[in-house]
Amino acid sequence: MERYLFVAQRVSAMILGPLVLIHLGLILFAVRNGLSGAEILARTQGNIGWTLFYGIFVLSVTIHAPIGIRNILYEWTGISRPASNIIALLFAIFLLTAGLRSVTAIY
Amino acid sequence: MEQTPEQLEVRIWRGKDDGQLVSYRVPIRDNQTVLDIVTEVQRLHEPSLAYRFSCRVGVCGSCAMTVNGQPRWTCRTHVKKVAGEGLLTIEPLRNLPRIKDLVCDLAPFIDKWQQAGAPFDATSSRKDPPAAIDPQSPLRRTADAALQCINCAVCYSACDVVNWNRDYVGPAALNRAWTLINDVRHGKRQQTLDKVFSEGGCSNCHSHGNCTRHCPVGLSPSESIVGLKRAAFSGLPRDK
Repeated sequence: MERYLFVAQRVSAMILGPLVLIHLGLILFAVRNGLSGAEILARTQGNIGWTLFYGIFVLSVTIHAPIGIRNILYEWTGISRPASNIIALLFAIFLLTAGLRSVTAIY
Repeated sequence: MEQTPEQLEVRIWRGKDDGQLVSYRVPIRDNQTVLDIVTEVQRLHEPSLAYRFSCRVGVCGSCAMTVNGQPRWTCRTHVKKVAGEGLLTIEPLRNLPRIKDLVCDLAPFIDKWQQAGAPFDATSSRKDPPAAIDPQSPLRRTADAALQCINCAVCYSACDVVNWNRDYVGPAALNRAWTLINDVRHGKRQQTLDKVFSEGGCSNCHSHGNCTRHCPVGLSPSESIVGLKRAAFSGLPRDK
């Protein structure tokens, strides 16, 4: 279990690295004329490329962040391993739900 | 008239967890080690002072203590090197249960050694001819680089992850497991690798490097742990 979580967190980090850079670049590009909902939707609606991009982004974050939270909670708060597992799982469900909802909403 | 030798102020931990630092004045001598200081205090000032040592030449790993805040092997630590301000503070090792004064219980350290896959599993008996191992083969060279641990627990005491994670087996145990995983004579290489990745194993390491920085015999448990982490992706290391 620990081995798979370790590998999953590293692989998701490798995926997130370039995605975060593209995302930051997009932010700089998107706000050049001010930021408006209409402009964002004009770029994303019907665009399968951005939908896939942010879909993969959300999936990677869903894997990466809860594994880290699981360890931080265990190491720093002294809670039991089962408790840190449950909190991390709930956090993963939240990230996945909120993330995919956002991605589908702007498609 | 005989000249009085220069004195060094030494503060030594007395008691168990609720003990205190007690000051002594010890004459400074040539080539004096921290262990010499502790021995002098025990012989001349405080007969009830408890401390542990054996070989006095850096082989047995018994005499590790916390010296001015850092874990060290005291028999090979010269006072001149560590007592910069003329003050020496000597305490028991961190991260281990205290027994009395400078003596710690090493049982958790040894238990975790076993937990991380330490027992060597022989694949041949004394009746078989010795295994032919090329000393220059990549696996053997990797194993050799991590050998010579004296089990002094200095790395275990220096490690912050051991300090905050009660299950973490620590650098020495993982370093030992790494030597076995690279030893082709070990019959349970895969099982050792599996144990290394169980709860409290190498994935807990934060790569602070305190183990490598403090290892008195110059080993690099950090490097061994990196090797183990790499094996999470690539499986058992192979001779190329």
